[in-house]
Amino acid sequence: MIELIDTNAAGIAAEFVASRLRAGSPAMSMVMTLVIVVDEEGSEDAMRVARQASHEHPARVLGVILGDGRGHPQINAQVGTGAGWTGETALIRLEGEVVRHAESVVLPLLLPDSPVAIWWPADPPADPAQDALGRLAQRRITDAAGATRRRSKAINAQCSAYAPGNSDLAWTRITPWRALLAAALDQQPLKITAGSVTAERISPSADLLVAWLSDRLKVKVVRKNSRGPGITEARLDSREGPIVISRRDGRLATFSSPDRPDRPVALKRRQLPELLAEELRRLDEDDVYAATARKLMKLHLS
Amino acid sequence: MSDSTNPLRDPRDRRLPRIAGPCGMVLFGVTGDLSRKKVMPAIYDLANRGLLPPGFSLVGFARRDWANEDFAQVVHNAVKEHSRTEFREEVWNQLAEGFRFVPGDFNNDQAFSTLRRTIEELDEQRGTAGNHAFYLAIPPGFFGEVVGQLKEHELAEPSPGSWRRVVVEKPFGHDEDSARALNETLASVFPSGSIFRIDHYLGKETVQNILALRFANAMFEPIWNSNYVDHVQITMAEDIGIAGRAGYYDGIGAARDVIQNHLMQLMCLVAMEEPTSFDAESLRIEKLKLLSAACLPRRLDLTTARGQYAAGWQGGEKVLGFLEEDGVRKSSTTETYAAIKLNVENRRWAGVPFYLRAGKRLGRRVTEVAVVFKPAPHQPFTRAATEELTHNAVVMRIQPDEGMTVRFGSKVPGTQMEIRDVNMDFAYGGTFTESSAEAYERLILDVLLGDPPLFPRHAEVERAWQILDPVLDHWASKGKPEQYASGTWGPSSADAMLARDGRTWRRP
Repeated sequence: MIELIDTNAAGIAAEFVASRLRAGSPAMSMVMTLVIVVDEEGSEDAMRVARQASHEHPARVLGVILGDGRGHPQINAQVGTGAGWTGETALIRLEGEVVRHAESVVLPLLLPDSPVAIWWPADPPADPAQDALGRLAQRRITDAAGATRRRSKAINAQCSAYAPGNSDLAWTRITPWRALLAAALDQQPLKITAGSVTAERISPSADLLVAWLSDRLKVKVVRKNSRGPGITEARLDSREGPIVISRRDGRLATFSSPDRPDRPVALKRRQLPELLAEELRRLDEDDVYAATARKLMKLHLS
Repeated sequence: MSDSTNPLRDPRDRRLPRIAGPCGMVLFGVTGDLSRKKVMPAIYDLANRGLLPPGFSLVGFARRDWANEDFAQVVHNAVKEHSRTEFREEVWNQLAEGFRFVPGDFNNDQAFSTLRRTIEELDEQRGTAGNHAFYLAIPPGFFGEVVGQLKEHELAEPSPGSWRRVVVEKPFGHDEDSARALNETLASVFPSGSIFRIDHYLGKETVQNILALRFANAMFEPIWNSNYVDHVQITMAEDIGIAGRAGYYDGIGAARDVIQNHLMQLMCLVAMEEPTSFDAESLRIEKLKLLSAACLPRRLDLTTARGQYAAGWQGGEKVLGFLEEDGVRKSSTTETYAAIKLNVENRRWAGVPFYLRAGKRLGRRVTEVAVVFKPAPHQPFTRAATEELTHNAVVMRIQPDEGMTVRFGSKVPGTQMEIRDVNMDFAYGGTFTESSAEAYERLILDVLLGDPPLFPRHAEVERAWQILDPVLDHWASKGKPEQYASGTWGPSSADAMLARDGRTWRRP
C-alpha cells in the first residue's frame, strides 16, 4: 500500500499504473469497479469483505470515506495491488468541501467501459439512484440490516425509493430460503392457501420474504415475531397440509411437508463476503426484487 | 416437476439455484481413491451449499465387515481431508443421518437383497421417493456383475414417477471393441438416458468457458477456421509419475488414459460447429460430427510419438524412471508420453492439424489448448524488425491457474521499429471457495437433476476409440517407446514429429 497525502483523482490513477508496473505484471483482468461508501469505523471490515468477494469478481475497489464536510478540502488515499486482492484497490479519505463532491473524485477512477457497482455497508442515501455517487453505478447495493438509524423502517425506505439497479442485501440473504421453498413446490405442486413468516422483530429479510411469497402465490402471508436469530420459520398451508421450514439456531433447519418424513437441512445464515459475491454475479436489473419491492410497499400501505 | 406450474419459479429469477429432487445415491467401491478423494467430498460440499435435497441418503456397498457408523467414519475422514468448503458440524450431522452401509461381495445375492431393503427403508424414512443413482467407483471388470445383480434384484427398474441412474467413470474400455462390450453390458440393464459417464474435465468451469468464449463473442469466431488458424495444440502435462498406480497404468498408457477421453473431448469443444442450443442432444450431435470428421494421417510413423520417462530430476527432486517404478514390468512398452496428429476433414478445418499430447513427469503440470494463428499475410515491416515476432496465439488454460492468454506482436519500447511477442493474460476468477463448485460437484448434481449435457455418450466414446485404435496397433507392432529424461518436455521424436511440419511445440 502506498500512502498518498493531499492528492487528487489523477494522482490516484497514476499510482494504480505505477503499482501495477512495480508488481511486474502490467496486465490485469478486472471485470468491474466496486465503489464502497463507508465511514472510518466500518472501512476496515468493508474492505476485508470486498477483498474476499474480489476473488470471484476481480474488480477495482474504491473505498470512499466521507469525513467532516467543513473546512479546507483534502484527499488522502492508500493505493495498492496484490496482498490478497485480485484487482486494484484504493481507500480514499475525503475531508472538507470535497466531501460534497465525492463523485468528482470517483468518476475519473472508474475502469473504462465496464460496469460499476456501489455498496453502502451501513446507512445508504434516502434515494440511492439519485445520489451523486449512486448515479455513477448501474448496481446499487444497500443493506437494510446494516442501518444504524431508523432500522425498522430501513427496508421500507429502500423499497419506496426503488429504481432499476437497486438491490438490498436483505434480499440476498433470503436466496436459500426462497430456493428451498421453490424446490418444495417443485417436488409437491400443492395449491397454497395461506402462509406465514416468523422472525425476530426487526428483520428486513422476513419482510421481503412475506412480500415475495404473497406476490408469487397471491395469498395472504402473515408476519409473526420470534426471538430469532433472523428468520426462524416459513410456512405454506395447503389443503393437504403445511410445508414448514423451521430454523431455530440460524444454522440447521427442519423441512416438513405433507405425507413425507421430516428432514433436516442445512440453512446457514451467510456472511457478508458470500452475499456481496452473489450480488456482484449479475449486474442487470433484478426484476423479481423489483416486483417484491413494489409488493412490500403495497402491503405496507394497505 | 414442471417449472411453469410452480408459482415460486420465475425464469427471470436467476438467483435461485437448482436443488435436486428427493433422491439418494448408492456408492460401490467406497474404499477407492476416487470415492474418498472426489465423490464423498463433493457430496459433502453440495450439502454444505444447500444443493442436495433434504433427506438425501448415501448407501455404501463393499466387501467389508462394517456397520453404518464405520462407513460414516470413512466418509467423515474423506470429507475432513478433501472437501473444499469448511467443515460444519450441523451439515455433517444432517448428511450422516442418511448414511447406510451394506456389506457383501458383488456376487452375493443376499447382499443385494439387503441393498434393496435398505433402499426401500430409505424411501420410507428419509423420503428419497424411489430415486437412486448407482455410482460404480469400481474397476470396469466388475460392471457386468454389478449391473447384472441390480437387474436381478429389480434395483435398476424405477417404479412409475421415479428414476434409477447409473454413473460410471473412465476408462470406458481400452479399445473400440471393449468399449462397445462395456456399453452393451450397461445398456442391457439401463436405458441410454440413464447412463451417466463421468469425464470430469467436462465439469470444469474453464472447459465450459471454451463454449462461452467461442459462441458468446464476436471477435474469435470469425477467425476460428483454416483461413486464419495455422494449427492447434492440446496439451495435458503432469509433473508426477504413475504414483503407485502401476497396476492400473502399466498396459494402459498415456494415449488410452487421457488422449482418448479428455483431450478428444477438449478438441470437440474447441473445433465443433455452433450447437443449435446447449441441451444434451444438440451438443452430442456437434461433438459426434466433429469426431466423425477427425482422422489420422496416413503415415503413423511420421505423425505420432511416444516415450517413457527415464530417471532424472523433476522440479528439484530426484525421481525414478518408469521401468524402475514399483510394480512395472521391466520389459513394459507402456508409453507415459503420447503425441498424435489429427486432421479434421471439413470446410472449417481442412489443412489445420490438431496436435494432441499427454505425458507424465514433464516440466510442469499444465493442461491447455493453444490455437496458433498464421502469420499476417503481408508485413510492411522489414524482416529484421519482425525477427522476434512469432505466431499470434490464443491459449486457454484449463488447469492449474485457469485463464486465457493472448499473444500478439507489439513494438519494443525505445527502438526505431522492432516488434516482439507480448502475452496478455486473463486469470479466470472464481477461486472464492464457497461459490465455485468443483467439477465433481457439478457433475454429481447434474446426475441427480438428470441433466446430461456434460456427459459423453457412448457413440462419442466409441468413435474416439475408432480414431485412436490404429495408433495403438501401430505402436504395439513397433518395439519400445523412446526414453525421455524426467522433468523435460518429452522425447525427441515428438519434436521431430512437429519439425517435419515446420512447427514446434509450445513450451506451456
